[in-house]
Amino acid sequence: MKLYCLSGHPTLPCNVLKFKSTTIMLDCGLDTTSVLNFLPLPLVHSPRLSKLPGWVSKDGTVNLEKELKECAGRVFVDSQPEFCLPERELLDLSTIDVILISNYHCMMALPYITEHTGFTGTVYATEPTLQIGRLLMEELVNFMERVPKAQSATCWKNKEIQRMLPGPLKDAVDVWTWKRCYSMQEVNSALSKVQLVGYSQKVELFGAVQISPLSSGYSLGSSNWIIQSHHEKVSYVSGSSLLTTHPQPMDQSSLKNSDVLILTGLTQMPTANPDGMLGEFCSNLAMTIRAGGNVLVPCYSSGVIYDLLECLYQFIESASLGTTPFYFISPVANSSLEFSQIFAEWLCHNKQTKVYLPEPPFPHAELIQTNKLKHYPSIHGDFSSEFRQPCVVFTGHPSLRFGDVVHFMELWGKSSLNTIIFTEPDFSYLDALAPYQPLAMKCVYCPIDTRLNFHQVSKLLKEVQPVHVVCPEQYTQPPLTQSHRSDLMLELQPPPMPYRRCSVLNLPFRRRYERVYILPELANSLVPSEIKPGISVATVSAVLHSKDNKHTLQSVPKPPPAPPTKKRKRVMEEPPVVLAPKPLLSGAVPLEAFLATLQKHGITEVKVEETADGHILHLQAEDTLIQLEEDGTHIVCDNNEPLRTTLRDLVLRFLQKL
Amino acid sequence: MQHKIQSLTQDSNHTSPSRAERFHPKLLTLQAHANQPRSVEGAGQDVGRSCILVSIGGKNIMLDCGMHMGYNDDRRFPDFSYITQNGRLTDFLDCVIISHFHLDHCGALPYMSEMVGYDGPIYMTHPTKAICPILLEDFRKITVDKKGETNFFTSQMIKDCMKKVIPLNLHQTVQVDDELEIKAYYAGHVLGAAMVHIKVGSESVVYTGDYNMTPDRHLGAAWIDKCRPDILISESTYATTIRDSKRCRERDFLKKVHETIERGGKVLIPVFALGRAQELCILLETFWERMNLKAPIYFSTGLTEKANHYYKLFITWTNQKIRKTFVQRNMFEFKHIKAFDRSYADNPGPMVVFATPGMLHAGQSLQIFKKWAGNEKNMVIMPGYCVQGTIGHKILNGQRKLEMEGRATLDVKLQVEYMSFSAHADAKGIMQLIRMAEPRNMVLVHGEAVKMEFLKGKIEQEFSIDCYMPANGETITVTTNPSVPVDISLNLLKREMALGGPLPDPKKPRTMHGTLIMKENSLKLVSSEQALKELGLNEHQLRFTCRVQLQDPHSDPDTLHRIYTHLKSVLKGYTIQHLPDGTVMVESIVIKVSSSAEDTNTKVLLLSWSYQDEDLGSFLSTLLKKGLPSGLC
Repeated sequence: MKLYCLSGHPTLPCNVLKFKSTTIMLDCGLDTTSVLNFLPLPLVHSPRLSKLPGWVSKDGTVNLEKELKECAGRVFVDSQPEFCLPERELLDLSTIDVILISNYHCMMALPYITEHTGFTGTVYATEPTLQIGRLLMEELVNFMERVPKAQSATCWKNKEIQRMLPGPLKDAVDVWTWKRCYSMQEVNSALSKVQLVGYSQKVELFGAVQISPLSSGYSLGSSNWIIQSHHEKVSYVSGSSLLTTHPQPMDQSSLKNSDVLILTGLTQMPTANPDGMLGEFCSNLAMTIRAGGNVLVPCYSSGVIYDLLECLYQFIESASLGTTPFYFISPVANSSLEFSQIFAEWLCHNKQTKVYLPEPPFPHAELIQTNKLKHYPSIHGDFSSEFRQPCVVFTGHPSLRFGDVVHFMELWGKSSLNTIIFTEPDFSYLDALAPYQPLAMKCVYCPIDTRLNFHQVSKLLKEVQPVHVVCPEQYTQPPLTQSHRSDLMLELQPPPMPYRRCSVLNLPFRRRYERVYILPELANSLVPSEIKPGISVATVSAVLHSKDNKHTLQSVPKPPPAPPTKKRKRVMEEPPVVLAPKPLLSGAVPLEAFLATLQKHGITEVKVEETADGHILHLQAEDTLIQLEEDGTHIVCDNNEPLRTTLRDLVLRFLQKL
Repeated sequence: MQHKIQSLTQDSNHTSPSRAERFHPKLLTLQAHANQPRSVEGAGQDVGRSCILVSIGGKNIMLDCGMHMGYNDDRRFPDFSYITQNGRLTDFLDCVIISHFHLDHCGALPYMSEMVGYDGPIYMTHPTKAICPILLEDFRKITVDKKGETNFFTSQMIKDCMKKVIPLNLHQTVQVDDELEIKAYYAGHVLGAAMVHIKVGSESVVYTGDYNMTPDRHLGAAWIDKCRPDILISESTYATTIRDSKRCRERDFLKKVHETIERGGKVLIPVFALGRAQELCILLETFWERMNLKAPIYFSTGLTEKANHYYKLFITWTNQKIRKTFVQRNMFEFKHIKAFDRSYADNPGPMVVFATPGMLHAGQSLQIFKKWAGNEKNMVIMPGYCVQGTIGHKILNGQRKLEMEGRATLDVKLQVEYMSFSAHADAKGIMQLIRMAEPRNMVLVHGEAVKMEFLKGKIEQEFSIDCYMPANGETITVTTNPSVPVDISLNLLKREMALGGPLPDPKKPRTMHGTLIMKENSLKLVSSEQALKELGLNEHQLRFTCRVQLQDPHSDPDTLHRIYTHLKSVLKGYTIQHLPDGTVMVESIVIKVSSSAEDTNTKVLLLSWSYQDEDLGSFLSTLLKKGLPSGLC
């Protein structure tokens, strides 16, 4: 069993597991942090961005002023933003049989994998994962396509040139493999390969392994996966949460008894408490509004935003924000809000109960109904005429490189009355803000990451007791910036097996048994005999049929009755066909009982001689020797085949056959 | 517990399977309360109750717990004394599964759980769990509050009963206990309807509930995978009809409504809040849109608003088209259908009103009916079954003069129409489901005997499987023949597969040999050597030695060589070696030659073999006794 690691990002994993005869890709995460190296894509012409100076190396030998722009001491690529894809050279991606998706954040690279690599398999995901994943992809495509950029910068990627660039561009890895965003057509084609599954549904893959998604508690429809055969079990844990937010709680007990547990997607903010962050979010929001400023919340269109809106729903009245408009701007804002209300099965118990009433599970329905929350597909159109300040705007993309958020950065960045509150943990806020410097607006960083922290995960592992744990190498040491915090890493016995991008791990795993089915006819013909109290054995001679990785044992077909031939005389001379070898024997032949049996069969003249290891029996009338020992019997008998076979059968009476 | 079940099923042999029994086919017993024979055509729709008890692998499962709407006495509920005369049902049932929210499938649930007594798990889908208590409460109100009946369950009992419900998701495998697992499939029919696959060990049953194999205006078609159950229990409401799709009846309905509107009449459609009402609303809404009609459509207030909400929240259970477009246009947000106010009933001009309850026995629908009954331009359309004694039932039977409270009588002049819209699989659909699931046996329930007989014949002919149709209270037993799952050591399996070559040769099936170890509940198949090791047993070597005299005037090495050549020609397909230490080995049989002391021409052959080579050893000793053929070199 092998694990190929195609992504080095611990929360956006992409691993391939070879297990029995199947090749299973676990998640398909797209590392979007690469876009931080690019200039933002403004929705309307930005004089500031267009006036940024081009970059020329200090000695003047390298002139990339068309491709690279300088802003506040940092260099950015002036081109359509590009993403860092999972590794595609480590193994032939066309051999992948299935892709298992654990949540909608971990599927963004799907079109790159399923299209143009020869992939012919099936993708498994839950319905919310598929629907919301589709929305997020649609949004990404929309963000990119509505501000097309003619220029595609490639010169800076030249190894010789990249070496001379200032950091962090200089240190960016595999820049040649970075790709532009996919098209909607590719998204549709990729998603048409998705097969929907429900929690605890058991899906057979080629009869060889069974996969089953389990609730992971992190987002709508998010799942961990069990990949198992009758005798081996691999658990894949990705993006799980034990906090009570909107999704169904995490199913922990089904992870028990795993031979291998692959652990990814722990919190990216191990020191930030989500509840505390939520409180800070609210108080900063209220403070800014009261002071007459606007609040900008760069966020994804699904996920934590539902919790933020729910929190605000309770907070608005008490903070007397009743008249402040809340805007949610995204091409998929409406769809995201609508979809969140129809997945009752995938929600926590409290929200399910509301649906039984029947009431919408999320209170943002009421915020919309009372006009407190308004959603728009973009800043163009209705929004521009209805927009009132001061207000709160939720919009994407959290990288601040594309989407409507770019517009608000340009609009509000100059005033210190305004505040930007970062809630998504995926991007460093300093890097995100870099191309907007110098900036007057206030910045508040309250990343809300509900995924498991190190304390929770060690408790979980203690409970589910996997034999081996595999995890990204980042989890095996404290974070670089807090190297003294040994509590911010995984400490396990035996230590976890770390992986990094491009690792190939041999998982320590010995398969010893496989399932076969004994057909009823054969089963009925078996003769079990008790060999020890409670243990019976039966010898089995059967024909093995293997089809679609399922093995069955059938009775040996009886040979067709030999046709009566004239050669009957010669039959004896035909050598025996290689058939059933005789079973192995076990036990010992007791002397007294054996002698008695011989007597019964008319063999009376027996001389018994004691030896070091047993006895030698002389059958004097027959001139035959039988040597009886603890672990062997030797019959020496000349020229008397009938006697030999009689003696053989008498000895066999005392032995067990296996 | 065993006592009761045995007397119920006339079979004493199916307590939990012990090891000894694993080699014998287990018995599967089915206890069915199929429905009273009932007519499909005409007004007698939706009568009957479903309640089936299945015993499989020692587990007892109740499938549906329906109420008979046609009776007002004890016969209304299933006869639970079949299961136990006294005491609670908890001890006798492992779980209860409800297929959908229609009262003929869940109406007796609070009676069973709260009045007879059952505390075990009850499974139903989320929409069923949401909607079924509302319908139960609705029906309770009619029965107790309006008709003043006693011996009926209370509101509190409905609530307590629903607390025992565990929601089921589609395709989720639910482990009821260590051995019993259930899985729900989409059934169409009504919102949240499910078919259920029940599995214990390698035996399984599928129960369909009511289902629909063609998508309709708001629901999709039933689907199941090739799960090859031992038994498929299918409803057979429309056993013989191959229906000209629902479209025809829909067209008919729309035509009647349209004609009435055109001549300025008013249409009253008494409905229950959930199910049919939404379907008819979608139908009228799209028709109004298409025909650009202006006459108002009203929906009586109360439950109905709420009911539409259920459909909106459970949109994932509707058909693909509605699901796909719900963000842009939610099919259950009606543009043309507005809330009704009682004052509207006197408005002049045409209108269509959906009003509750569906049987015209009380409430708003009855009030409107009274107002409109006198005008022959108006029409009432009854889209469902009516209980005896209700005004709905009377007018459907053609009564034109109704006695009202007081001494007043009401002349019924308006047109009365009955329309059935229930979504059930027809004969074609049932056959289609059999093709999907590939059951080994078929059981038909919930249908009319004569028609079921016809379908039974067809099924037996086309699929060559046994088909049963149990009568009410009858028990049928189906014997299954399960394979026995065993763990084979991978070494043994791999060895066998390697020997078999990449492609099996059907003409030369290879036989594999091994030892099956049965310990507690585990069955392991290993090689004999491994079995000895695992069981901590010593091997006992049984050897035979045989001297054979032979006349052969050659030197000892030459004789040996002649034997080698001889055996080579006789024994094809065996390994024969002439070893330098002066022996010939046939497989593991050792042959040595020495000259007799008296006569150098008489050679003594020493053959020695172990019991494992007994057949060959015996053959060789006999063969060599006959001497060597001349002409060997």
